[in-house]
Amino acid sequence: MGALIVTKDLWKIYRLGDVEVHAVRGVSLEVERGEFVAVMGSSGSGKSTLMNIIGCLDTPTRGDYWLDGRDVARAGQDTLAEIRNREIGFIFQSFNLIPRTSALENVQLPLFYRAVSLREQRAQAAAALARVGLNGREHHYPAQLSGGQQQRVAIARALVSAPSILLADEPTGNLDTESSREIMALLEGLNRQDGLTVILVTHETDIAAYAARQIQVSDGQIVGDRSTAAAQAGKGWGSR
Amino acid sequence: MLGIIIGVGAVIAMVSIGQGAKAAVQAQVASMGTNVIIILPGATTVGGVRGGQGGAVTLTVADGLELKKRVPLLSETAWAKRDVMQIVYGNRNWNGPVNGVSPGYLTIRDWNYTSGGAFTQVDLDTAARVALVGQTVVENLYDPGEEPVGSTIRLKNVPFRVIGVLAPKGQSAQGSDQDDIIFIPFTTAERKVLGTLFLGSVGALFASTDRLDDLPQAVEGIRETLRARHRLQPEQPDDFTIRTQVDIGSVQEGTSQTLTMMMFAIASISLVVGGIGIMNILLVSVTERTREIGVRMAVGAKRRHILAQFLIEAMTLSVIGGLLGIVLGILGARATTVVAGWPTIISAESVVVAFFFSLAVGLFFGLYPAQKASRLNPIEALRYE
Repeated sequence: MGALIVTKDLWKIYRLGDVEVHAVRGVSLEVERGEFVAVMGSSGSGKSTLMNIIGCLDTPTRGDYWLDGRDVARAGQDTLAEIRNREIGFIFQSFNLIPRTSALENVQLPLFYRAVSLREQRAQAAAALARVGLNGREHHYPAQLSGGQQQRVAIARALVSAPSILLADEPTGNLDTESSREIMALLEGLNRQDGLTVILVTHETDIAAYAARQIQVSDGQIVGDRSTAAAQAGKGWGSR
Repeated sequence: MLGIIIGVGAVIAMVSIGQGAKAAVQAQVASMGTNVIIILPGATTVGGVRGGQGGAVTLTVADGLELKKRVPLLSETAWAKRDVMQIVYGNRNWNGPVNGVSPGYLTIRDWNYTSGGAFTQVDLDTAARVALVGQTVVENLYDPGEEPVGSTIRLKNVPFRVIGVLAPKGQSAQGSDQDDIIFIPFTTAERKVLGTLFLGSVGALFASTDRLDDLPQAVEGIRETLRARHRLQPEQPDDFTIRTQVDIGSVQEGTSQTLTMMMFAIASISLVVGGIGIMNILLVSVTERTREIGVRMAVGAKRRHILAQFLIEAMTLSVIGGLLGIVLGILGARATTVVAGWPTIISAESVVVAFFFSLAVGLFFGLYPAQKASRLNPIEALRYE
């Protein structure tokens, strides 16, 4: 059994009218189980496309991708949906909670698509909310929660399906410094205490500093991949 | 949703108005008398010129008496002959049909009286000069409020005492005025007013059965009896014609079917319009909730989950609309009865059919938006502002 994420020579080519856009150009990458990786790059660098492929929202035009030993580069839509449901937890910049439903129901959502019994859904969702420190807020609606709390609900939603990877796309982009610090501390705790693999997309260096490994993406290619474990003693483990 | 409400409401209201109209037509047909059989004499042929129905004098009072004896299914038999003539009262006169009938005729045709009453077998036996007058005749011969019963009218200079005024029946199904009529005893008519080729010849025979279902069998019995009496060989055609109310009613049946069809067409159009309304609501909803759809897909919703979600929403909308429409339709039908005075009948079938139709409309028009939602690209949906 190799690394959790293995990609080999990934290409993603879009066609915009007559112009071919090479968003990802031959990316080979390995991420071990339990790593905390920050992916950095300016907008248009292709990092989002790369993350979409890693998050199984998209498939590569060329190249291979094994997730936990499973070839997912050419999987169908339904298979990808199932992998997203079981293996990947998404955290978005704008939280993306469903407004008309309570915190608990938002967290239940991944389990709903897994046909888990309603009682089981509630129990697991409540446990996930407790893990992010939101006990007692189960029946609040997103509009009644602060930005930091909303992002915690989103993290609980990502956690509830017990995924292999937590994919956080600019999780602090809409938050103030204080809330950002809380969210990053939470992600750090999930990585260190629960051994969850966390992939963090950001362009802020102080946020990226929480990660043990930083990957620089530019022009559809990986231009830098360095472990910061040495610099930040005791932080992160398993990086190359 | 408003479209569905209106559409379903229209279905309910129109079907109930249509069924009310149908029932009214049926009541009108029944006003001719229930389960009536009319036997007309056959046609004469004089030198190749056929005389048309009733031209020949092939039916007699004796035929009528024979039918009464031989066909037990008949609850009543009667005979009549008629002519149009001048009716004189005081210094006024009126031209109308005078019918010489046996008392059974009045029973068969279900006539009622606003004043006075029918003549009896005694009047028939004694050829009494008594008459029953219809409403139209009364209106044309008498002053308003004047009581006709007890007055004397003259038919072909023969004085008749009016003993009854017939209750109005209105127009017949064919549009002729059923109230423009005078009845006198058959014997009086043949001996003193209408005259006859030979005693006992009739213009038509009438009979009735207690139950509608007995009609075909009774008609067969009449045919056999009359053929035997007229000594017709098997290869010879009938020298009489038998008509039943069923034949006459079938025309009206066709009319009301056309009416109902037209109403269904109008209602269908409303439902289609309502369906398009639902489709638009859903298309807007799909656009507004693009991000939500993206999130659902990101956390593992398959296309069929999204499809099902929006189909269920479409059907919920249309079912709520349908239920409100049913209420609206029932109220509308009631209002029509109260305001316009039209009879309406709300049938359980029309409610059930309209409900399931609204469900089907929701399913059909929900399919396109739902499919649109399920085919969204999750990446683009998540990025949608």
